[in-house]
Amino acid sequence: MSEPFEPKIIAFVCTYCTYAGADLAGTSRLKYAPNVRIIRLPCTGRISPMFILKALQKGADGVLISGCHPGDCHFTHGNYHARRRWMVFRALLEFIGIPPERVKYSWISAAEGVKFAEFINKVTEDIRKLGPFEQYTQLIEETEAAASL
Amino acid sequence: MAKIGVFICHCGENIGAKVDCTRLAAAMGEHPGVAVSVEYKYFCSDPGQESVKRAIRDNNLTGVVVAACSPRMHEATFRKACAEAGLNPYLCEIANIREQCSWVHTDKDMATEKAMDITRSMVEKVKRNNKLQPIEVPVTRRALVIGGGIAGIQAALDIANAGQDVVLVEREPSLGGHMAQLSETFPTLDCSQCIMTPRMVEAAQHPKIRLLTYAEIESVDGYIGNFKVRVRMKSRYVDLDRCTGCGDCITKCPAKKISSEFDCSLGKRTAIYTPFAQSVPNIPVIDKANCIYFKNGKCKICAKTCQCDAINFEMQDEFIELEIGAIVVATGFQVQNNTMYGEYGYGKYPDVINGLQFERLASASGPTAGKILRPSDGKEPENVVFIQCAGSRDPSKGVRYCSKICCMYTAKHAMLYAHKVHDGKTNIFYMDIRAAGKGYDEFSRRAIEDDEASYVRGRVSKVWQENGKLMVRGVDTLLGRPVEIAADMVVLATAMISQPDAKEFAKTIGIGYDEYGFYNEAHLKLRPVESSTAGVFLAGACQSPKDIPDSVAQASATASKVLALFSKEKLEREPVVATNNEATCAGCWGCVLACPYNAIEQKDILDRSGKIIKRVASVNPGLCQGCGTCVTFCRSNSLDLAGFTEKQIFAEVMGL
Repeated sequence: MSEPFEPKIIAFVCTYCTYAGADLAGTSRLKYAPNVRIIRLPCTGRISPMFILKALQKGADGVLISGCHPGDCHFTHGNYHARRRWMVFRALLEFIGIPPERVKYSWISAAEGVKFAEFINKVTEDIRKLGPFEQYTQLIEETEAAASL
Repeated sequence: MAKIGVFICHCGENIGAKVDCTRLAAAMGEHPGVAVSVEYKYFCSDPGQESVKRAIRDNNLTGVVVAACSPRMHEATFRKACAEAGLNPYLCEIANIREQCSWVHTDKDMATEKAMDITRSMVEKVKRNNKLQPIEVPVTRRALVIGGGIAGIQAALDIANAGQDVVLVEREPSLGGHMAQLSETFPTLDCSQCIMTPRMVEAAQHPKIRLLTYAEIESVDGYIGNFKVRVRMKSRYVDLDRCTGCGDCITKCPAKKISSEFDCSLGKRTAIYTPFAQSVPNIPVIDKANCIYFKNGKCKICAKTCQCDAINFEMQDEFIELEIGAIVVATGFQVQNNTMYGEYGYGKYPDVINGLQFERLASASGPTAGKILRPSDGKEPENVVFIQCAGSRDPSKGVRYCSKICCMYTAKHAMLYAHKVHDGKTNIFYMDIRAAGKGYDEFSRRAIEDDEASYVRGRVSKVWQENGKLMVRGVDTLLGRPVEIAADMVVLATAMISQPDAKEFAKTIGIGYDEYGFYNEAHLKLRPVESSTAGVFLAGACQSPKDIPDSVAQASATASKVLALFSKEKLEREPVVATNNEATCAGCWGCVLACPYNAIEQKDILDRSGKIIKRVASVNPGLCQGCGTCVTFCRSNSLDLAGFTEKQIFAEVMGL
């Protein structure tokens, strides 16, 4: 392989903190890896574990979730729900054989454009090291049951 | 069949230089369901918006994706344009290819790839968007102003003078805040109390203002136009209705040696006290911690003295529930405790004081009746050294920011001192003189030219006591040599910091704050007096260090925001709320636990005879804020969030 592997990463972020932080990274003209696609949600509390599975199934090599810092949630405690859900879901991920390292969780505020850019770079590097995520592709091919909406 | 219009904006060079918009437009034109895919230099311009409207009408579009800047920038603009063309505004979405693509990537191919993914994902979402109608909520026309300093008073008066009801809450026994403590104010040198106390009285007597002093906010629930606020009325032990404010109890109180907070520990007060002579209301409170009766069970001299029978030792805290439409937060600031500068000897040498203490010394109503006297021996100091930036602009020991007012008040202190002690000598150690403001630079020049304040550019390294003098060692960086001055008094221009409980209080009302505890505005330039929470506004130094003119200006700005809100009968809200499918709802109430706003109620479904056949969850759209936590919680997949439905999000993922 001459070309380095470019992972595809899907990010689920809340609109009040991390989405605004990503915008700030943009307005500050920071540069970061172009591998991440952001999906905007009102709150991390809205992020269903099913979204993460769907993303991985769809061909994402990594997923990241980010929202307001604990205590700063615009909706007072949506991010706590997200955190609790993630703690449980992580165990489930391991159980079904998906390496939890492929799913990253972080708090990035609307003021942390630099942190956002650094985080994206780090996650991209980490996922690049893990290599492409092919478990589901294999599974889908084997069963010939393509995922449909 | 979906007919989506994709409008790709170059944003001049901003997007066009990094994303191949022509390729993007061509690729999107091929995407199933896309009827129109065009590019243009500036879609946000008038002709740009017109072309979007024309495309909607000409092609009967069922949805619009504008690939441009962040939705936080122009979502509202394009939704409005869609509405004008007869398309439901919630069928329009923004694909953010500027802030989150062209501005942050250098490789044009990669950026174009990413822009395609982002836009395609949005097209897939829009295909599944529903027509939504804004939600109307009623507005309670009563404002709550928290904090009775100059900012709070100004906001309350402005709102009340426009004919709206105001509740003004102050946690201290009297209105006034920091401004009441000041001697004279820059740049005009008018006496602070002379301009402040009439406003305090005006606020207290205004028929539209309900004044609650010695009161704290316990909780804030609800949302813009419909807040529910619980206020704790701390027990004063003095009946507000009976007390006439004669002050006999204060004269007779035997506990006389309590350090006065108002005088910054330079003066004494009694256990039953008003903070200062012009307190509003002029009704004392009993300081329970220092009251002899509360400590020993004996005394009650105040009760015996009182001719109106106003003292009540049995008084309990009371709670008041308020219905409020808008909140102005004007909770002010604190001065930093300078003991972290061990080398300056604050707290160790009594004659090293801070700027606010100097204000009390210079104040005609202060502990020295306006004479500048040393706290240690009561003698007039012949030589005063002022140290600026004692805390501000010092990331190692103090705070990183500039406190904004210290340059000006130090110049003022030097002038006041020169006016009171004619042969006194003043040295001011400074880093820079920041005198931006109307009449400010002229004022600080006057301190130098007319009142002979000697400015030394440099920092002070040490203050120590020697032969009854305070020795100040510093450096004059302009002359490049060390300086040593024998002073009688040292005044530190202390940093303004946020209130010690600012962060906790922010959580109570649900607003954001920065690393220092100052409250975050919605936009530093364009929405400087709004907090991130709709219906909560910010005035004065709780938002950042400010002087009086700025605080007053900001307070009036909040009043105009509140009045704009109150000018409507009903508010229109984004229809991003949860909805429940009652047919599949199992009534497990998991959503009730998840909801931060108590927006989910139980609803009985009856048959024709009125018998309950099912109990389901029902979302109150007035209370729902649209976080979607309940949707994810829902075990039977019955709940969904308008604007961010399961279908839409899965489609977005599939589109990537």
